[in-house]
Amino acid sequence: MTTPEAKLVCRNVWKLFGADASGFLAAHDGQPETDAITRAGLVGAVRRVDLDVREGEIFVIMGLSGSGKSTLVRLMSRLIEPTGGDVLFKGENLLKVSQARMIEIRRHQMGMVFQHFALLPHLTVLDNVAFPLDIQGMSRAAREARAREMIELVGLAGKESAFPRQLSGGQQQRVGIARSLAVEPEIWFLDEPFSALDPLIRREMQDEFMRLQTVLHKTIVFITHDFDEAIRLADRIAIMKDGEIVQAGTPEDIVLTPATSYVAEFTRSVARAKVIRARSLMVAAKPGDAEGPTVSDRSNIADAAPLFLDGVSYLGVTDDTGKLVGRLDRDAVVSLMLQG
Amino acid sequence: MTSSNPSMTGTDARQGQPMASRLPLAWLTVLGAFVIFWLFAGSYLPAAFEYPKEHVIKLAKWISAAMKWLIDEASFGLFSFTDLTRFISAVLDVPYTVAASLLSTGFLEGSGSSAIQIVPPLSWIAVIGLVMLLGHWLGGRPLALLSGACFLFLAVFGQWTSAMITLASILVAAPLGVLFGLLFGIAAWRWRWLERMIMPLLDLMQTIPVFAYLVPVLFLFGFGPTAAVIATLIFATPPMIRIAILSLRAVPGEIIDLGHMVGCTERQMTWRVMVPAARESLMVGMNQVIMLSLNMVIIASMIGAGGLGFDVLAALRRLDFGAGLEAGFAIVALAIAMDRLSQAAAEKLSAPSPENNASGFAARHPYLMAGVALVLFTSALGYMIPAIRTYPEALQLSTGTFWSEVVTWININFFDTLEAIKNAMLLNVLIPFKRFLGGLPWLGVTALLGFAGFRLGGWRLALLTTCLPLFIAVTGQWEKAMITVYLCGISAVLAALIGLPIGIYSATRDRVWSWVQVAIDTLQTLPSFVYLMPAVMLFRVGDFTAMIAVVAFAIAPAIRYTALGIRKVDPKLIEAGRAMGCTEWQILTRIRLKLALPEILLGLNQTIMFALSMLVITALVGTRDLGQEVYIALTKADTGRGLVAGLSIAAIAIIADRLISAGAIHARRRLGLE
Repeated sequence: MTTPEAKLVCRNVWKLFGADASGFLAAHDGQPETDAITRAGLVGAVRRVDLDVREGEIFVIMGLSGSGKSTLVRLMSRLIEPTGGDVLFKGENLLKVSQARMIEIRRHQMGMVFQHFALLPHLTVLDNVAFPLDIQGMSRAAREARAREMIELVGLAGKESAFPRQLSGGQQQRVGIARSLAVEPEIWFLDEPFSALDPLIRREMQDEFMRLQTVLHKTIVFITHDFDEAIRLADRIAIMKDGEIVQAGTPEDIVLTPATSYVAEFTRSVARAKVIRARSLMVAAKPGDAEGPTVSDRSNIADAAPLFLDGVSYLGVTDDTGKLVGRLDRDAVVSLMLQG
Repeated sequence: MTSSNPSMTGTDARQGQPMASRLPLAWLTVLGAFVIFWLFAGSYLPAAFEYPKEHVIKLAKWISAAMKWLIDEASFGLFSFTDLTRFISAVLDVPYTVAASLLSTGFLEGSGSSAIQIVPPLSWIAVIGLVMLLGHWLGGRPLALLSGACFLFLAVFGQWTSAMITLASILVAAPLGVLFGLLFGIAAWRWRWLERMIMPLLDLMQTIPVFAYLVPVLFLFGFGPTAAVIATLIFATPPMIRIAILSLRAVPGEIIDLGHMVGCTERQMTWRVMVPAARESLMVGMNQVIMLSLNMVIIASMIGAGGLGFDVLAALRRLDFGAGLEAGFAIVALAIAMDRLSQAAAEKLSAPSPENNASGFAARHPYLMAGVALVLFTSALGYMIPAIRTYPEALQLSTGTFWSEVVTWININFFDTLEAIKNAMLLNVLIPFKRFLGGLPWLGVTALLGFAGFRLGGWRLALLTTCLPLFIAVTGQWEKAMITVYLCGISAVLAALIGLPIGIYSATRDRVWSWVQVAIDTLQTLPSFVYLMPAVMLFRVGDFTAMIAVVAFAIAPAIRYTALGIRKVDPKLIEAGRAMGCTEWQILTRIRLKLALPEILLGLNQTIMFALSMLVITALVGTRDLGQEVYIALTKADTGRGLVAGLSIAAIAIIADRLISAGAIHARRRLGLE
């Protein structure tokens, strides 16, 4: 499997709050120690972050409140000016580009979904979704056609002329999603998109989100404070604490080998079977495996297990295109399930 | 029973104890020193009692001289200062003339008495019809009927011409006030340094009494409706700036992030994201500006605004109660109509409007079309039937004589009673208090205020509460300032004594509260001028009359804040109190009133502010305080004198405001509310 190229790269990114933070960072060669930061009376909201988000993956940044995850996602789009470091988007250093170029990039290549939806209360659903296109200066007919497509995509057809306050929370976030997709962004930021929703709706929206991603294949940075949500959605997860990334890796990595006791706290109660995916447990396929029932290589073991109830001893594993890539043996699945 | 509410007394015990043991002692010492100083220092240090005349700083003269220099000599190179003021007048004169022509005078050719009317003004039927259409569009049939009735009242009672002049001033001043306020607000929101610069100025402008604005405006812009519009703008814009800044700041951070994420330019950010997102609270500002404009346009009749305010003023000067009351009622009618209409407009415009997909211009704008049709139709008809153009005099009702007779009747039958009440109050309360305050040494009072500032708010507040009284003393205003304090103090106390029980009584009774609310809302929409008339009718001129008017004006906030404070008390605490077996009285005194104390203090603060602003206007009924000083300055166009007296009133207001606010914060902390 070849590693897809990195779309967005953060190199030694810092955000310090306080008087003359950039001078302080420069004085410490861009690598100050925690004690020094505290002594200088500064607050380190984001510290020493290195990460790369690859083409087409869902990169989840998970952390509790105050861990700096919301600040980090805003540093990536330069909504907040970083104190130090580099943010490379498709090889271009965002911190060096002009204001005009930044507006250009945001207009055409970035989309963002907000925790509290950030819908403009005076605009209809249609106008809200068309808003980013309107700001670009697109003609009314063209932008409304595009907006209608997006509204259709998120399943809100028929609600075009409703106002945000007439919609439920879940519907409002669908509008937010449609709006952020209207410009066909190359990178899609979602800042705790489902945190403000009821648990049942949240689940439904997560499914909807996964469905959209199988269609769209966007490069995604997804912020959440919910570890279950992170392992459910992520291709890779970065766990943040006090402004630093304490561990980054696939959900399997993190659950099976937590790097610190802090991470282990989160993983303790997670059922392995819900994390480990078919592609991690599968063995090489034998000819003829495609005959019986099959599962996607992305689905987790807990979802695949009920298929064994029909009495088969193995399942075929297929990739997104439907090609057979391996087989899942019943014994391996049973022993994993028994680990809890 | 030792405690009705353990959690509260717990907080008291923890934080209140060190205070409780130290505070009274410090206060007692200082008060004792003050009394000793007051009683015995007179013979050693007479300068502490009466500020020495030779040391008075002639600030008033300097300001007047500076103003004179501005007018006579100041120049910006290409043009002089006078050119600038003339230019501003000329610019503002255009919309005013259009509005006045349309509503009242008609479009004229030539000037003065030789002017010939080319196009008549809108007929009264057209104006009432337009107002009703507006009401219907904004708030449906009830609002249409209410606003129509208010305007019909103006026509029937012969106040039409004056009311239309007043309306014309507001139609010019209010939109400009909203516009300037919004632009300044946006600028201050965008550039922090500008906000830091204008905020103290706004604070000051809101505490300087309205009359004080009139003096420099009169001096710079002359006498007439345009000057009045300028004064109104200066008065009504600051609250709009404040509301604009606040509502822009209140826009959620995510909305701002959204604006940046979709790639808004600065301009798009302001006009496409921020202003629409803040629309709801901005609309509240619009209502405020309209009501403040009305208030100011009435008062600005002193510098030539004309209209209803002038009618009241003229009636006051002639002591013609009937005419004054009639004009007063007309102001009330106009105020109610404008308030309800602008509130409905705020609601209507801040709620998103459903799209109207009808085809054709006429179908999409039915109200506009109806309005145009109405105007055309009535104008055409007006050429044939004069009764349509102007309300026929034969159908006018005048209640002027009726009211005059009522007053005469009251005076004949109740003169002795009223006089007895008035004299008793004067002799037993007003005059002794006035003498007491007048006898206090300014030095001692200043020191006492400084100490109070220190106890309640630390060094900064102490500095403020020392410097401001000092300013009053060194500019030679002390004596008059004490008269202001006495009248304001007595009125505020009286307003609180009446307002608090009403507030307490109505707070826990929803039906009563809804009625009381309507009453105080209406009271607050009335321009301050209106309050003078009934008071003068019954008690003629003097301090007592002024006091009655001030109390009537200042009572609304005392009621409102008390009731709101009590209603805000957490019902769980009341329940807890009940569960512990408190009687109703104990619940009231130990839970409700105690927790509502900060709110009640704020209400008291507002009462004092209202009292001060009204007090200045009572100069018209012959008080002898700082307000009178401003009023005299106004009649003499003496800017320096007016401004210094105005600033002294502002100083009193600021001292009272800061001390009480600090006290309220103190109380909140002690109650664990903060």
